[in-house]
Amino acid sequence: MEALSFLADGVLVALEPLNLVLILIGVTVGLFIGAMPGLGSVNGVAILLPITFLVPPGSAIIFLAAIYYGAMYGGAISSVTMGIPGASTAVATTFDGRPLALQGRASLALVTAAIASFVGGTVANVLFTLFAPLLATMALSFGPPEIFALMLLAFATFVGLGGDDIPKTIFSICLGLVLATVGFDTISGEPRLVLFEIDGFLRGIGFIVLAIGVYGIGEMLWTIEQTRGEVTTTNPKMTFKGMVADTKEAVRRGWKGTWIGSILGFFVGVLPAAGATPGSLMSYGVAKMVSKNPEEYGKGTPDGVAAPEAANNSASTGSMLPMLTLGIPGSPTTAILLGGMVIWGLTPGPRLFVDQSEFVWGLIGSFYISNIAALLINLAFIPLFVWMLRMPFTILAPLIFVLSIVGGFAASRSMHDLWLIVIFGLAAFFLRKFDYPLAPAVLAIVLGPIAEPTMRQSLLLSSGDPTIFFTRPIAGPITVVAIILILLPAIKLLRRKRSERAA
Amino acid sequence: MRQGEISLAGLLALFSLYLMWKSTELPIGYIRGQGPGGGFWPFWLSVGMLLSCVAIGWNWWRGKTPASVSDEPLMDSFGWRTVLHVGGGVTAFVALISVVSMYGAVALFFVYYLRFLGRHSWALTLAIAIILPIGLFFFFEGAMQISMPQGLPFTQPFFDVMYDIIY
Repeated sequence: MEALSFLADGVLVALEPLNLVLILIGVTVGLFIGAMPGLGSVNGVAILLPITFLVPPGSAIIFLAAIYYGAMYGGAISSVTMGIPGASTAVATTFDGRPLALQGRASLALVTAAIASFVGGTVANVLFTLFAPLLATMALSFGPPEIFALMLLAFATFVGLGGDDIPKTIFSICLGLVLATVGFDTISGEPRLVLFEIDGFLRGIGFIVLAIGVYGIGEMLWTIEQTRGEVTTTNPKMTFKGMVADTKEAVRRGWKGTWIGSILGFFVGVLPAAGATPGSLMSYGVAKMVSKNPEEYGKGTPDGVAAPEAANNSASTGSMLPMLTLGIPGSPTTAILLGGMVIWGLTPGPRLFVDQSEFVWGLIGSFYISNIAALLINLAFIPLFVWMLRMPFTILAPLIFVLSIVGGFAASRSMHDLWLIVIFGLAAFFLRKFDYPLAPAVLAIVLGPIAEPTMRQSLLLSSGDPTIFFTRPIAGPITVVAIILILLPAIKLLRRKRSERAA
Repeated sequence: MRQGEISLAGLLALFSLYLMWKSTELPIGYIRGQGPGGGFWPFWLSVGMLLSCVAIGWNWWRGKTPASVSDEPLMDSFGWRTVLHVGGGVTAFVALISVVSMYGAVALFFVYYLRFLGRHSWALTLAIAIILPIGLFFFFEGAMQISMPQGLPFTQPFFDVMYDIIY
């Protein structure tokens, strides 16, 4: 009941004029960013983070969270109308969304996506409101070994469940963690890793420099190189009467996928580093598995649109849970939000619920308002977004480059950092060409400044004995789970080899 | 692609070695009463990077990754042109900031990208290249009170006029 009263206060905070305006702008920008191929919530949040210093931290995070929300809705628009996922989180939406559009049912696909997203978001918000205070209360007793064990778990999730090339994932994590150590050693106060003796490195490498380089420059280069061909856009015919009929059909034919996506998406989203992309793909798979007509999947069934769309919204809220309660981001976007909170002078983690209660509950309240705003803006302006999608990429691309560079300077006020953004961007492009996952590096540079001191403090507590991570009642099981996750790919490989030998 | 993957892994291995060497400037072992030294964490992480590179090389040798068994070139001529024109454009943009100011560089970058890469009309190009930097000026210098680089002294008259408007 206490949570409900906090939530009511939070909704009131979210409804304050400034916050409400930021929610509306954020959701609209997010819808557009999500719809634009090559741009996802992570790009939008990374590029726009520097300009949020204009407003108070509470409003800034509400704005960025609204972008995150809107992007999850927007991804479906290009998946359906162009057959290109607007973001990786909407990849599974193309499987059935595009066939529906090609059958002349683009409107049904878009309405199904919007309703499923709304239900997914609402279910996740309720689960969030129930779980967040409990988890935060529990996490208040965490010491350095527990926090380090959680960091280890976040990285282990990437290795065990990421699905990417494992040595490349580990390289990416280690690289991000090493980059986070550049500057000064926080414990001894001595300069450390001043690369090539360039003084600019004394200030360290901010996570935002890496994030803008990777997502603002590198991914844009990648998208320009990949989408060289012409794209056919299906223009959905959206009328009020048609949308009412589509809503009825979407509810009738998409309810099962919606519920599967809503529940599964939330829990996958909560897993550190998992996020909305695996959540939506898993939900699509499970919805198909339990369906009475699995053969309809891939040919244009509303259930196949509903499951991933409900899941990506639900997972995006779910990924905020470990970020706010434990200080561990559940997705690359929340990693950037977490970095932003540190810049704004807030310490993410369980103390946030005690020390900054209004901030946290204002944010949670904003999830509910953003969800409603995203549904209404999405449905009302689908034709407008489709029209905007036809804007030539040769106009959008320079705009994003300019925002990245200007925003990068506004955040750091240093030409050294601007050059780093360019170098990281070019490096990210080539690394991506060879399938090096870069999200782990961004997550690592955010978590590095928390992981290193907690590791060193823990070892100091135990006089250098590393078993401290295994013997404490909470840290122990977390460390064991993390190690199992790291070993999971090797275990799978051994089992496969054994079964091959047996066959 | 095959040659590219092993070359990149080699380059990253060298970078890892450099980071390991750099980390040893601070103690990398355990200091009694102080805990692990300042170089401990980056040193062992760099070792992790190096070992990952060895594993990447091993997978390459066994042909376990798509790139290691691909005979295709890393990029075709369109790809290289893209990287050169777009990546080069962004690099030139940043280089020009110290010369013609942030706003001047933004305007020039738009002219380059919209007119020469995008083949848009001069009217659209100039409209965006003039309006957007002015909009950014009012946003950053006026609303956010953030001063962007002003380049060499010859840009000063422009800034004097603009500051007269906002103050």
